[in-house]
Amino acid sequence: MATLRPAQLSVEVTAPGSAAPAAKSAPRHFVLVRVTHWIVAFCFFALLLTGIEILISHPRFYWGETGNVHTKAFFQIPIPSSRDMVQTGYNYVLPDQNGWSRYLHFEAAWILVLTGLLYGIFGFFSGHFRKNLLPAASDLSWRSLSAAIADHSPFKRPGAGDASSYNVLQRLTYLLVVFVLFPLVIWTGLAMSPAFTGIFPATATLLGGRQSARTIHFFVSIALVLFLIVHIVMIFLAGFWSRTWAMIAGRPAAQKERT
Amino acid sequence: MTDISRRKLIFTGLGAVAGLSGVGIAAHLAGKYGLIPPDGGGIYGLGETLTYASHRLIGRHSLAREFPPSQISNPAFANEIGPPLDAAFKHLQATNFADWRLTVDGLVDRPASFTLPQLRSFPSRSQITEIACEEGWSHIAEWHGVPLSHVLNLVGVQPQARYVVYFSIQPDWKESIDMDDAMHPQTFLTYGMNGAELPVPSGGPLRLRIPRQLGYKSVKFLTHITVTDDLKKFGKDGGSAAVGAGYAWYAGI
Repeated sequence: MATLRPAQLSVEVTAPGSAAPAAKSAPRHFVLVRVTHWIVAFCFFALLLTGIEILISHPRFYWGETGNVHTKAFFQIPIPSSRDMVQTGYNYVLPDQNGWSRYLHFEAAWILVLTGLLYGIFGFFSGHFRKNLLPAASDLSWRSLSAAIADHSPFKRPGAGDASSYNVLQRLTYLLVVFVLFPLVIWTGLAMSPAFTGIFPATATLLGGRQSARTIHFFVSIALVLFLIVHIVMIFLAGFWSRTWAMIAGRPAAQKERT
Repeated sequence: MTDISRRKLIFTGLGAVAGLSGVGIAAHLAGKYGLIPPDGGGIYGLGETLTYASHRLIGRHSLAREFPPSQISNPAFANEIGPPLDAAFKHLQATNFADWRLTVDGLVDRPASFTLPQLRSFPSRSQITEIACEEGWSHIAEWHGVPLSHVLNLVGVQPQARYVVYFSIQPDWKESIDMDDAMHPQTFLTYGMNGAELPVPSGGPLRLRIPRQLGYKSVKFLTHITVTDDLKKFGKDGGSAAVGAGYAWYAGI
């Protein structure tokens, strides 16, 4: 299988004379990757829940600097609202939960950003990004990529090699999430802060304004939710407890992968 | 010990040291420079404190973005918070707010009460800034008024002052800000909008505009300002209707 590179794991197992095969003595995931993974997962859940809660107080989106019920909407989500300002077509108003939602949204955002910084510094200096996420140049040819996509049929269980190294599609997806989607969702979030944009006006102006930032924030959040859905489906297909346990304890729990 | 576990130990150790020293330094700075907001306790206190403290550390004197006249929202926008519907306000409105007073008291040397013509006689400033609501919508207008700092300097703020609490004629609407925001050059006692008198739906005759924070801190129908050293004197909500309703005290996000 083209995407399996057991040689890459050997760099993590350098004890000379070790008889154990690489996949058995090296943890599947670094402890820092595991800890930051679950902190981010917890924060993302809080951000998603509170984000939806904040969204329903004004389920209209705009492009540019300003936007309100007097201006043309870019689009409106056809859901009821927690305020009566937006005409939703529903004859009721949902309870307002913005107070605690906003408190929790920003607290979870802080924890996610600080955790992400720690992960980023670790990933850069430990070689985690280079070894585990950066695809090999040879894997990026159209031929390899199409082979990997064909090999990724949802009805096909992953081979044993997939348990110890990410394939090229996983690598590209994780790079997209770590280096594009999360930075973008944080940036667009900051671009909605009246004080932060006063300090760094470019955070808002480069995106076309505050309302553009809010709209991009929404779409990037959708992209992250889509990633999460695929991520969880893949974990189920690969063996839920084995893969989940690997992200908790570092090693897969599957019987055949134990010594 | 294998290299892998030694390396793991080093990284875990470094991470823990960095994390702990970061928290230690932050707590020290926060205590020294008053970087903890009044709602800095409780389960959401960490997030609020990080936001407020970081804004005060990196942008204590920064200015909210201002816009060219071409970006002024047309039609002008006013949210649903209207004036009191009682006879007293109607009478004030019918008499062109001749009897409107802004009382300034608390920790000041010369407590005073100002009429609207008096406020208009002070050096007038204008700003084209955005009001952003916590709900998500926003609009831009040109606001005319006198910086709150001018009036505070007139009445003589005492050195122990830390916060300003300000009240609407609406009995349940009040907010509080720290002295950085109170003395900020864009914090206006606003009596005009888009070249005319401030319309009543937009908060006329007098509104506190504070463009570095969300709209809910820009209290309409302003009648009373008091300077204090301790928000606890104003009850559990710390002189902020937002806090009373479960919202963050600092709305700079």
